[in-house]
Amino acid sequence: MNALRCQIVNKSFGGVQALLDVSLRFPPSGITAIIGPNGAGKTTLVNVLTGFVRPDAGHCYIGAQEITRWPPHRIARTGVGRTFQDLRLITQVSVLDNVLVACPAQRGERLLPALLRFGVAKEETRNCAAAMDLLRFVELESRAHDLAGELSYGQQKLLALACCLATQASILFLDEPVAGVAPQMVAEILDRLRAVSCQHKGIVFIEHDISVVREIADQVIVMDDGKVVAQGSPAEVLERPEIMEAYLG
Amino acid sequence: MDYLLHIVIIAAIYTTLAVSLDLLAGQTGLLSLAHAAFYGIGAYSSALLATALHLPILVSVLAGMLCAAVVSLLVSVPSLRLHDDYFVIATFGFQMILFSIFNNWVDLTHGPLGIAGIPQPTIFGWQINSNWKFACLGLLFACFAYFVVGRLSHSPFGRVLRAIRQDEVFARSIGKNTLKFKVAAFAVSAALAASAGSLYAHYISYVDPSSFTVMESILVISMVIIGGPASTWGPLIGAAVLVTLPEALRFTGLPSAVAANLRQVFYGALLVIMMMFRPQGLVGRYGFGR
Repeated sequence: MNALRCQIVNKSFGGVQALLDVSLRFPPSGITAIIGPNGAGKTTLVNVLTGFVRPDAGHCYIGAQEITRWPPHRIARTGVGRTFQDLRLITQVSVLDNVLVACPAQRGERLLPALLRFGVAKEETRNCAAAMDLLRFVELESRAHDLAGELSYGQQKLLALACCLATQASILFLDEPVAGVAPQMVAEILDRLRAVSCQHKGIVFIEHDISVVREIADQVIVMDDGKVVAQGSPAEVLERPEIMEAYLG
Repeated sequence: MDYLLHIVIIAAIYTTLAVSLDLLAGQTGLLSLAHAAFYGIGAYSSALLATALHLPILVSVLAGMLCAAVVSLLVSVPSLRLHDDYFVIATFGFQMILFSIFNNWVDLTHGPLGIAGIPQPTIFGWQINSNWKFACLGLLFACFAYFVVGRLSHSPFGRVLRAIRQDEVFARSIGKNTLKFKVAAFAVSAALAASAGSLYAHYISYVDPSSFTVMESILVISMVIIGGPASTWGPLIGAAVLVTLPEALRFTGLPSAVAANLRQVFYGALLVIMMMFRPQGLVGRYGFGR
């Protein structure tokens, strides 16, 4: 997959300027952290890039293909996955079903094949195996048949990651993947993110915990008041006293 | 005996309606107030094809289902872009439009006079001319609706519907075109409702607009809610309860005018009690919607 980029993107909600002339490029490899105070525009940026919010001005591209007005599902199908700050899972169904539903282009999702079951069983067996592999990867294999709502918060974060990977996304936007998670689970999630990055997938995550950013990010983007105010390696950006003081407290 | 068979036939028709609505309201979380309109499309299609063109029931049922599915697209494509309460209001509007058409397009529907003389059907030489034969046919229709909805809900298609019901944003984020799934579910639901309408028209041998009012939609919604949304047996139990229990009022010795009003009180009280003490319905696992 080609890089995902946005050019001079603006978005306001009423009188609040959420994004102001934001231009960024996200490579399909490596780990990028987006940091900044509350209301800096981090989640709005991810919402614009993934099609959930339409920008007032500016353009988004995957390679040379403009995706600015594309709906979220179409952007997701091009290999852009995402998770949400407020965990979004299907808590009333099994952990396995959450991953299965995220598998792309399933024949059994079309009306007639679903009704007549043409070629659906084989595909389902294949998808089940792939889903179990992903659950093994996030160490939830033993909980595959439990309801997703019965998982701990940290396990639900891992399940959200597995769902994102099941879409075969090449670049993953993760909104606060370790927020509110117990310390030992944080280590596990970061370990999984490193492993995902090693599979030549790009990871972009929003985070408030600077120690997490230092630990795994290859690149840091600092936002404030809807603008990108700094960008570079963690060593470069996080050592700048004005950044640490003004934006991170 | 004929009376009992009559109850069975009506219960089978309502089971078909409740199962079809459950695909939309229970599985997908889309509350439609237009179900009676699709029921009416099936009934009028069959009535017209059977009386004017003398077509066999299987052809008229299929034509009614096709007609309802096509009309559902006209409704669903624009209205499914709306969410929650707005969608409900849009379907209510459509129900009112269809009712007006049934009532006022006199050249086609004979308006309030309705269409009488719908012949008893014959299927491959088997004339359906008694209540027990109609009861068998009704059960076949209900089984067909169960088969279709069961196949869909236990497939990857149904899995996406459940994802939409609980969190449409999640479904979109994993690459599902939720509008397409909702339109498909709406069309199947409408087509199955139309099949129930066809059976009703042939059984009663008369259709008029009063059978397809918004109250009929609300009755079917009540069946889904009371039985248990998104459950296998919920629609059947909901239909059985709401068809049979009010019949018990006939045996209380109350004047018929009082008994008819008590029936509405009974529906209302049952719904309030269910919402308070068992929102997931008698045999359901989930509350209505999410």
